[in-house]
Amino acid sequence: MTDAVVSTASTNTASAQPETMAWDSRARRVVMLWIPLGCFLLILLFPFYWMAVTAFKPNAELYDFRNHNPFWISSPTLDHIYLLLFQTSYPRWLWTTMIVAISSTVLSLFASTLAAYAIQRLRFRGSQYVGLGIYLAYLVPPSILFIPLATMVYNLGLFDTPFALILTYPTFLIPFCTWLLIGYFKSIPYELEECALIDGATRLQILRRITLPLAVPGLISAGIFSFTLSWNEFIYALAFIQSSERKTVPVAILTELVTGDVYQWGALMAGSLLGSLPVAIFYSFFVDYYVSSLTGAVKE
Amino acid sequence: MSAVTAAEWIKARRDPSWIVKLFDWKPFLVIVCLLPAVGLLMTFLTYPLGLGIFLAFTDTTIGRRGVWVGLENFEYLLSDPIWRNAVFYSVFYTGIATIGKFGLGLWLALLLNQHMPFKSIIRAIILLPWIVPTVLSAIAFWWIYDPQFSIISYIFVEVLGWRSTNIDFIGTEWPARFSLIVANIWRGIPFVAISLLAGLQTISPSLYEAALLDGSTSWQRFRFITFPMLLPILAIVMTFSIIFTFTDFQLVYAITRGGPVNSTHLLATLAFQRGIAGGELGEGAAIAVSMIPFLVAATLFSYFALARRKWQQGESND
Repeated sequence: MTDAVVSTASTNTASAQPETMAWDSRARRVVMLWIPLGCFLLILLFPFYWMAVTAFKPNAELYDFRNHNPFWISSPTLDHIYLLLFQTSYPRWLWTTMIVAISSTVLSLFASTLAAYAIQRLRFRGSQYVGLGIYLAYLVPPSILFIPLATMVYNLGLFDTPFALILTYPTFLIPFCTWLLIGYFKSIPYELEECALIDGATRLQILRRITLPLAVPGLISAGIFSFTLSWNEFIYALAFIQSSERKTVPVAILTELVTGDVYQWGALMAGSLLGSLPVAIFYSFFVDYYVSSLTGAVKE
Repeated sequence: MSAVTAAEWIKARRDPSWIVKLFDWKPFLVIVCLLPAVGLLMTFLTYPLGLGIFLAFTDTTIGRRGVWVGLENFEYLLSDPIWRNAVFYSVFYTGIATIGKFGLGLWLALLLNQHMPFKSIIRAIILLPWIVPTVLSAIAFWWIYDPQFSIISYIFVEVLGWRSTNIDFIGTEWPARFSLIVANIWRGIPFVAISLLAGLQTISPSLYEAALLDGSTSWQRFRFITFPMLLPILAIVMTFSIIFTFTDFQLVYAITRGGPVNSTHLLATLAFQRGIAGGELGEGAAIAVSMIPFLVAATLFSYFALARRKWQQGESND
């Protein structure tokens, strides 16, 4: 798929080249392409820059714009990070978030691989309606589910435990992963499975030895996407977790670090930066999978 | 190699235990495969959805089972100015943010669709606002909107000298509403731009070549080729965007918590405030349920857009 895109892009420019020469001067290209693109990048990245600058600035500089240029740090400090790591339960929150994100990702991947295989490959009567049902589940936002879920979680005795999150996150992960994997399974030639069937393989052997190895890129896409979505989840974690040390990073930063009327902006920004870093690093390793899963899920 | 597989194969054939046979029986296999996904979704999505609608007709509070009160919650909400304001702001927020996101996102996608160096790096950087946890970038915006130490105020007052006082971003009603919308647009642009870019890349360049030969202007090429070809994907992305903007929670909760004086409450934040923080589960559920009609409208829009796309491409209905 990537090759096709690349070749289209290159033929596109190749064919457009003579025409570009005629009217598209360098100055015009700067005004029409580079200046707007530069503005977009500046605006999209500025909050991160500001987050980073604030996280390493000593308080004296932070609240004094007259004597210090706010865009730069004259004497960087690690005080905020130190405060965050050693005087709050930040490492604990990171750990909880990690466990919750990984467990719910594994659970959702397992469930949605089987479901996608059944819908796309086993082709039973009514499989398209099951597919449609799962698609519709994707359109139910957490905002209308959190109140009844809170009562359920409470009645099941899961309130204030990580299991409340591990079991509820799949509600938005499974529809997404299933949809993505249905698309991937569709791209694998059915003839391969027919061959295996003729050779006498069972259905489960086909899934394990043929379909899954071929769908590894799809599984990686679904996995990293689920991990990111669970890492970023907020409303369930806010509603179902009460005790400070069991909170996830996004919730804990907002509810535990904001104390009283005086906001510790340095620590808040350091917390936001550190909380964003794991997903940002993860993202940088798998950029192509993110883009393909994002566009793949939209196209399917 | 082949000898090994043959040996394994023979062994598997010779001893087909009943459990292997059972798993090869298609109806059983279908049920086993669907069970985890459908079970989880039924328990934690369908059932709570029904339970939420049921709770909306009761006066349940935290720690007390409610009794059936009929439409009382909804009658109360209809006469509640805060709820009406939340409906107004949810619609306003969704409308303005969607226009902003799609206008700017389409522009960015068109820019990215041109040939340029470092294309993949730029594309990777652009997705960043969408990848990091919303709450954390919302906290960054909160700091950017700080009444005293806002960097935007600093630029306007000290650097450019256009104003003499700091801008009050989130302290008063209308500026707060627009500040939240700007933050939402900021977060939404990458998703829209990258999805539309994928749509743009599927448009065959031969169409543009033909249009160039016919002497079209660049506006005509956009209006009669790019836009119609992009419409199916635009419809789907827009439905998702509308649904998740309308039910947005994190951004408002992190930056203003519905203030000042309840002017920036979305339905989701109001439901949280009344339902979880205030303990009035029944009323909170009623507020959440009042979002459903809007979502159904958006979903129908998506369904018909999808159906139309299939019809256009002449695909079989699978």
